[in-house]
Amino acid sequence: MSLALTSTVSLTGLIGNLIDVEVDISDGLPGYILLGLPDAALNESKDRVRAALVNSGETWPNKKVTVSLSPAWLPKSGSAFDLPIALTLLMAQGLVPKDEPGTCIYLGELALDGQLRSVRGVLPAVLAAKKFGFTKALVPFNNYAEAKCVSGIEIIAINSLVDALKYLRLGEISVSPDPFISNENENYLDLCDVAGQVGARRALEVAAIGGHHLLFIGPPGTGKTMLAERIPSILPPLTEDSILEVTAIHSIAGTLLDRELLSKLPPFVAPHHTTTAPAMIGGGAHAIRPGATSLAHQGVLFIDEAPECARGVLDSLRQPLESGNVTISRAVGSVTYPARFMLVLAANPCPCGRFSGRGRSCTCTQVAIRRYLQRLSGPLLDRIDIRVFVDSPSRLEMASDELGESSAVVRQRVIAARAISKDRFADCLWKLNSQIPPSELRKRFRAEKLGMNFLHTELDNERLSARGFHKVLRIAWSIADANGHSIPSRDDVESAFRLREGMEILA
Amino acid sequence: MGTKQLIGELGEDFVAKYLLSRNYEILDRNWRIREGEIDLVAISEHGVVVFVEVKTRTNSAFGHPLEAITRDKAYRLQRLALAWLTVHHRWGFEYRIDAAGVLISKGEKFEIDYRIAVL
Repeated sequence: MSLALTSTVSLTGLIGNLIDVEVDISDGLPGYILLGLPDAALNESKDRVRAALVNSGETWPNKKVTVSLSPAWLPKSGSAFDLPIALTLLMAQGLVPKDEPGTCIYLGELALDGQLRSVRGVLPAVLAAKKFGFTKALVPFNNYAEAKCVSGIEIIAINSLVDALKYLRLGEISVSPDPFISNENENYLDLCDVAGQVGARRALEVAAIGGHHLLFIGPPGTGKTMLAERIPSILPPLTEDSILEVTAIHSIAGTLLDRELLSKLPPFVAPHHTTTAPAMIGGGAHAIRPGATSLAHQGVLFIDEAPECARGVLDSLRQPLESGNVTISRAVGSVTYPARFMLVLAANPCPCGRFSGRGRSCTCTQVAIRRYLQRLSGPLLDRIDIRVFVDSPSRLEMASDELGESSAVVRQRVIAARAISKDRFADCLWKLNSQIPPSELRKRFRAEKLGMNFLHTELDNERLSARGFHKVLRIAWSIADANGHSIPSRDDVESAFRLREGMEILA
Repeated sequence: MGTKQLIGELGEDFVAKYLLSRNYEILDRNWRIREGEIDLVAISEHGVVVFVEVKTRTNSAFGHPLEAITRDKAYRLQRLALAWLTVHHRWGFEYRIDAAGVLISKGEKFEIDYRIAVL
């Protein structure tokens, strides 16, 4: 009886599970049995492994081959098991020295000629391996850079099965990719491209300071998308931990190429308004993939033409907005992905899109205009603190050849303001102004007396709801941080009120 | 007799000799009913009835001879074995199913790959 065992990692969401790959070769009719709840892609591994072995000059055992992936109850998917299965097969035949248990994990999909192809989710898999105490990982060449993001574990890049065998038999490393160099000067869209829009810029900055969700309303072509795309450039750079987290999510989704590896720039995700709920929050039959909300984790989720979105899709955002993560349940199991993002919605003011100023060029009826924005459900709007009307820049603004403030300048201010709020919330459970609970707003985090008076008057005049009252206070704190006030002044509260309630169109 | 059949018979002869040399007694050869055929039936010195499926090849270009025995064929063999035991009043006898791959290379050299209890 010949038996061998190696280890690999399979992912359930971002969580890595240690998988033992066991191969037993016994007498009996030639055949191949794969145990351990494989999905279709994994079940096809047999034919890939066989062709790859033979084409790499190795022998296929003409015996009964039993491959078992344990724990057996865990459904497994994907093609990353090819390499460990092939190597364990050779180990079981005694053609390769046996693996020392608990030291090395193997990941990679085999091409028929024995080349190793890249797979998804290498970063989280390697992170998990390190947590399980492994010291080495053999990964496909093209996944080297991403695997290398994990420190404290030796990463060996291989191009083909032959490379892997050379390494296992002789300790030779055939390819040594260039070490990854983090790019400090990242390309991003700069705020200075935006002409005028002083009010919207201000709103953007306040939103970035307090992490407030944002709604842009404005006619087409006024720069809503342009403004939204530039939000990541004024947000503070990602911290080390969140870089790994964000990169891991993109690694699973297979969208790493869209982003620079280990980018410090918060992600920007803009799903189309016809997108479905599974695409938005994540889903999939075999492996549950992260959706737009998770891809936007620690960054910005921008939905253009939000009223055109299917209602269920927008409402599916409520769970991640509330809890900062999404839980998706399917037949194969249930997965939780982090999804803490800044939501930015953009909408035309009316179906024809031309309602602005006094609405002279708009052809819509009053009812149509009201109905249009009512498509955004109340509970969702409720979670959006800041509403800005974005109008066409004036003639003067367009004619000016002076560039607006650059992102770098704004970002410095945002970082400084966030530092203030961080100190203030040192002993609290939350970190951002947008997260202050209502009770605390009324007790510990009130505005200056005059500011509170202003709010109470507005309450009396029924121009402000109780909910709005709290929202305005939170925005006021962000504005105070921007202005360097230790407590929101009356002016801060008034500007906050205008950012929140200054739009009659959303009555 | 065609070449194919001849090769098959050569292989079966060789396996029969192989079994005889290991103290088996041959009970039956090419036992055929409507559902199929059993190549060899032998009995071991311990009284175990052995059904042998023989696959003969003259080269291995088309894979290992035993690979031609698929799961379905193996199960059919099982049914045939039970039929044989019934017909020959050997119900309750211990039995097993073996497979033998024979490779006849140039110069009449025989190579045998004998697998015990494949099912």
